[in-house]
Amino acid sequence: MITVNNLHKHFGELKVLNGIDQHISPGEKVVIIGPSGSGKSTFLRCLNLLEKPTGGQIFFEGTEITAPKADIDALRRRMGMVFQQFNLFPHLSVMDNITLAPITHKLLTKAQAQERAMELLNRVGLPEKANAFPKQLSGGQQQRIAIVRALAMNPDVMLFDEPTSALDPEMVGEVLEVMKALALDGMTMVVVTHEMGFAKEVGDRVLFMDAGVVLEEGTPSAIFENAQNPRTQDFLRKVL
Amino acid sequence: MLSTLMLSSAQAASVNQFDQWWLLIKDKAIAGDLNFWENLYKEIYQNVLFNNRWQNYLRGLGITLEVSFFAALFGLALGMLLAMMRLSGVKPLEKIAGIYIGVIRGTPMLLQVLIINFGLFGSIAIDRVIIGVIACGINSAAYVSEIIRSGILSVDKGQTEAGRSLGLSPWQTMRLIIFPQALKTALPALCNEFITLIKETSILAYIALTELTKAGDYIRSKTYSAFTPYIVSGILYLIVTGVLTHLLGKLERRLRQGDNR
Repeated sequence: MITVNNLHKHFGELKVLNGIDQHISPGEKVVIIGPSGSGKSTFLRCLNLLEKPTGGQIFFEGTEITAPKADIDALRRRMGMVFQQFNLFPHLSVMDNITLAPITHKLLTKAQAQERAMELLNRVGLPEKANAFPKQLSGGQQQRIAIVRALAMNPDVMLFDEPTSALDPEMVGEVLEVMKALALDGMTMVVVTHEMGFAKEVGDRVLFMDAGVVLEEGTPSAIFENAQNPRTQDFLRKVL
Repeated sequence: MLSTLMLSSAQAASVNQFDQWWLLIKDKAIAGDLNFWENLYKEIYQNVLFNNRWQNYLRGLGITLEVSFFAALFGLALGMLLAMMRLSGVKPLEKIAGIYIGVIRGTPMLLQVLIINFGLFGSIAIDRVIIGVIACGINSAAYVSEIIRSGILSVDKGQTEAGRSLGLSPWQTMRLIIFPQALKTALPALCNEFITLIKETSILAYIALTELTKAGDYIRSKTYSAFTPYIVSGILYLIVTGVLTHLLGKLERRLRQGDNR
C-alpha cells in the first residue's frame, strides 16, 4: 500500500532522515518507536507530504506521491492523519469539524455527511457532543473527535502522530480503545507512539528508529523480548 | 458681520424662539458688552441655529460617514488581497504588496490625497465623494493588510496542517479554516482602524469635500467665529467615535467570552 525508497529529509544542515526503505501492506499495523529527535514524526509526516522529502521516493497505492506532478490533495483524501495536538478547528462545532472535508470535496451531501458523522460519533461514544465546540471537550474527547474527522473521509490508511502524548494520563486509555477498535476493523495504520503496551498489543510490526534510520524492526515480541541492537535494548530498558 | 444677521422683514415672518432670544441681546452684542452666558448663546445662535446652519454639520457628518463606510469596505477588500499576496509565498506578489504597504505607510496621507485628487483625477469630472473613498480606501488598505496578516500568522500552524491533511487545497484551507479564525483575532484591531479612518477623512477637507471638518470650516467663513464651528464638528466626531468605541468594547468582551465556550 505504501512503499518508501531511500527516504531522506534534511532541514538545512540538519539531517533528520537518512535513508529509509519500508513497505507497508494493506491492513498492516506498523508502530514506530524511538527516542525523541530520532525522526519518527518526520518520517510519518513525509508519508502524506506534510514534510517534503529532500530525497527518495514514496509510492501510495501505486502512485508516486513524491513526483512533482502528483496531486497531493487527492492522495491526502485517502490518508487520514491524527495529530498530537488534535488540531480540531476551534471555530466549528464537532459536527462541522467532521463534515467539512467530505462536504467540501463533494463526496457526500450535507445530510449524508451528517448521518455518517453521527454513525462515527456513536462508534467513539460521543454522539451527544455533535453540537459542542472543541474547547468544551476534554483532551481525550477532542482526540476521539479528531480520529472521527479523519475517518469521515473513508481513508485507506490512518497515520497517528503521537496521538496520546498531549493527553492527561487518565485520558490515554479512551483514545487507545478507539484506535484498537479501528485496528480490529482492519484499518491500515502507521502509529508513532510512546505507548509500548499499545505497540505490543496492536502492532503487526514495530520499527525502532534512531538518528534518522530504522535501526531494528520486527514483530512486537521480537523487538520487546529479543531486541538485537544495543541501542534498541538501551531504549527499551529506559521506557519499559 | 453682524449686519448679515439682522433679520429682513421677509424672514421676520418666520421668527422662532431662538431668533427672539437673539433679538433680546442683539443690541448688547453690537455694543460689545455681552456677559459670558450671553456670549455663549450668541456663538451657538450664529454658528448653529441661525439659517438652519446645524444642517450643514449634519450633511457634513453624513458625508464623513458615507466616505468612511465605503472606504472601509474598499480598504478591507484591498487589504485582504494585500495580506494574501504577502503570505502567498510567490516572491513577485510579496514584493509588490510589500512596496505598496511601505509607500502608503511611509508617506503622509494628505500627500496621497492630493496626488489622487489632482494627479489621477485632475482632468476627470468625478464626484469628490468617490475620490475620497478611493483615496482613504487605498490608504486604509495598507494598515488593514498588516492587521489581517498578523491575524493569519496568529493562527496555529497545526490548523493548516489539519486542513491540508484532509485533502483541502491551500485556498480552501485558507478560506474555511484560517481566515475565519484570523478575522476573529483581527476584529478589534480592524474596528479601531475604522474609527481612525473616520477621523482621517477630515483630510478630505483639503480637496474641498464638504465633510464634517469642511462643514465647520464653511460656517467659520460665514461667521468668523474662531472656535465654535470647529468645536461643534469636534463634538459630532466625538459622539460617533465614542459610540463606536463603546460598541467595540462590548464586542471585545463578547469575543473573550466566546473563547471559553
